Amino acid sequence: MNDQFEPVIIGFTCNWCSYRAADLAGTARIKYPPNIRLIRLMCSGRMDPTFVLKALAEGADGVMITGCHPGECHYLDQNYKALRRVLLLRRTIGQMGIEPGRVKLVWASAAEGVRLAQEIGHFVEEIRDMGPLNWPGRLAAAHVNGHGRDDRLMPADMMLEEVPA
Amino acid sequence: MNDQAEPKERIGVYVCHCGSNIAATVDVADVAVWAKERLGDEGVVITHDYKFMCSSLGQELIERDIKEEGLTRVVVAACSPHLHEKTFRTACARAGLNPYLCELVSIREQVSWVHSDRQAATEKAKAVVAGGVERVIHNEPLEPLHIPIHPATLVVGGGIAGIQAALELADSGHQVYLVEREPSIGGHMAQFDKTFPTMDCAACILTPKMVDAGGHPHIDLFTWSEVVRVDGFVGNFTVTIRQKPRYIDTDLCTGCGICWEKCPKRVIDDVYEAGLGYRKAVYTPFAQAVPKYPVIDPENCTYFINGKCRACEKFCPTDAIKFDQEEEFITVQVGNIILATGFDLFDARRVPQYGYGRLANVFTSLEFERLCNAAGPTNGQIVMRDGVTKPELVAVIHCVGSRDRNYNNYCSVICCMSSLKFAHLVKERTGARVYNFYIDMRTAFKDYDEFYQRVLEEGTIFVRGRVAEVTDAARLPSEDGKLIVQVEDTLAGRQRRIPVDMVILSAGLEPRHDAKAVAHQFGISCSANGWFIERHPKLDPVATMTEGIFIAGTVQGPKDIPASVSQGAAAAARVLGRINKGEIELEPVRATIDARHCSGCRICNGLCPFNAIIFHEDAMVSEINHALCQGCGTCVAACPAGAISGSSFSNEQIMSQIEGLLLFDRPVRSRHFSAV
Repeated sequence: MNDQFEPVIIGFTCNWCSYRAADLAGTARIKYPPNIRLIRLMCSGRMDPTFVLKALAEGADGVMITGCHPGECHYLDQNYKALRRVLLLRRTIGQMGIEPGRVKLVWASAAEGVRLAQEIGHFVEEIRDMGPLNWPGRLAAAHVNGHGRDDRLMPADMMLEEVPA
Repeated sequence: MNDQAEPKERIGVYVCHCGSNIAATVDVADVAVWAKERLGDEGVVITHDYKFMCSSLGQELIERDIKEEGLTRVVVAACSPHLHEKTFRTACARAGLNPYLCELVSIREQVSWVHSDRQAATEKAKAVVAGGVERVIHNEPLEPLHIPIHPATLVVGGGIAGIQAALELADSGHQVYLVEREPSIGGHMAQFDKTFPTMDCAACILTPKMVDAGGHPHIDLFTWSEVVRVDGFVGNFTVTIRQKPRYIDTDLCTGCGICWEKCPKRVIDDVYEAGLGYRKAVYTPFAQAVPKYPVIDPENCTYFINGKCRACEKFCPTDAIKFDQEEEFITVQVGNIILATGFDLFDARRVPQYGYGRLANVFTSLEFERLCNAAGPTNGQIVMRDGVTKPELVAVIHCVGSRDRNYNNYCSVICCMSSLKFAHLVKERTGARVYNFYIDMRTAFKDYDEFYQRVLEEGTIFVRGRVAEVTDAARLPSEDGKLIVQVEDTLAGRQRRIPVDMVILSAGLEPRHDAKAVAHQFGISCSANGWFIERHPKLDPVATMTEGIFIAGTVQGPKDIPASVSQGAAAAARVLGRINKGEIELEPVRATIDARHCSGCRICNGLCPFNAIIFHEDAMVSEINHALCQGCGTCVAACPAGAISGSSFSNEQIMSQIEGLLLFDRPVRSRHFSAV
């Protein structure tokens, strides 16, 4: 066993496309790293941004949101709403000091088991390069510091602007 | 942390070996033992691993535990819920437990089949089980929704698929509204001469069905009509049909044909005759049209253009011509809708190197069908564009616009067979030498390959290779006045230039130009190519994701006549089953708004693609119509007040599942269990 960092990733799938792509990857015995754990939603539009924050706060190092390709949503166009939310969410977590790359959106149709497996493989490597997030640890540390704010969650340039009264 | 209160639920966890499918990669016994030890605080009271949980013995194991151990929740770790969710839910129901209190988590498709490291796979399986356990605690007992079904059906599109569907339903005694955009039903099949592989005449087999549909006591036929509005939901749609004015009183018209004999205006018929023939400004598209009543085309009618003429009115023996007729809107109630709106032929002009529209003797497949047809513009004579010369050398080019990344990458399915049919017809009627240029021969269904053998034996020359160009620029004296087909013969391994008199382009099938708009109107979705998406590509090809909307024929993808007829009948059978039952059961995956928490902000209203959210102006709250709601959950995620809950996928369920999945990954803030 080597000591390389094994990230933990939560994946959200939609019932009609990407969950079926995951099923297909299984049926076709396409291998991908075991670092991802999937949650089934009916639609990527069900993806509440707080789910992502919850996953990161509970110890995940990355979150992958998957859905039908644009124009192929089984609920017509709800995947566009997922797209909007993910773009906003990535900006938001960036402001919280978390790399936006820890949240990724992937389109996979029910026929794209291979593609989904490849995307999972790539994402695991991306997160492995970023290293552990350890958000729960950082939050706890912030709590211990007593001022209710974790300096390590703040980007350095933002901290410079903050002048103590 | 002191949340050590007694767990509320009694949970059973069942881990399936699936023979060796799961057990070879996941230590299932370890997962079961671990779940009992580690998840006891969550309420897990009993765990089992078993060879085949889906077997009757496996199911009985669950049923026995529910009864004897008083289980209130069940988690089965096995295959995908898309496979066996219903099996285990039914088992729970048999034992008296609400079926929605059972959760199936996938450790086969998502673990054992996609990972090879046994230790990592076992750890992941444990996380997946923990996620299921945390989630199932928040599952609620639900009842399936029961929706009553109106017994009438709307069929859109009067081609062979739509006619078949309409007849099946009407013959069983149920009301059908058949809507067709053109003046007559019949669709593309009515334009064909012969049908492969039996070479029976298309009209001979189609027109009896058209007549049946036209005169059926249970079919209301709306030709020259379009659906303009669809409201409601499965079981009870309200459909508005726009009847374009025919300018003919169909109660008086006898279809005698005097009007179009007397009409002085000749118009090129680019719909039915594919631009090769003429019709009058008042016309029926073809002699066997159903209904028999003509229409007046106001864009070409002399009276509509300059206010003079009225020849048809003068000569009509029953005074059926009504120039003041206006469009009508008819509203019908139906329980189900079958869409059979068919295809458009690929426009061969988009492949300029084949010269269609530029070189006179390049024909499309549809033009050639009309040339062959005894009722067509040449009375069935296969002649060149001059109308008299018989061709001596004919080229048939397959895959025009199909299997080509510049146009459509799919196979149009029918072109190989129709190209063979063309070769046969040319041989039979002109004795010409025929070349077929193909990429691959695809003759996959009953009696199709036998037909290919027959055409081979008749002496048609097959050249394997995609044609590069059709040109009239001769290089040799023997090419003078000919069309030259430039092709790489991939079997001979060389370039060839083959001079011919006539070229037939086997154009592919494309979705209707307005397919996306139609899909949107009926609330279903299109694939990237534009074909309507079926519920399941193999197991549910005629249903769609929208309850109550079915599809049949080429609207779902390229297919031949037998397949279109089968789908028409299949869609009708699906509808009939529902009509007979009188109601349908729907999965209770629905969103509900708690009016007490709704602030009336209306953010959710615009998010719903099914218009299921109604806003009550008086109470300033939104409400969700459960029959319209499809359960996607987008509104649940968007509600700023958290007033919307989604059954089966509630925030509590998903949040808890996240916690469960990450049980070992909280090095600091672990709850009452420590990281392993």
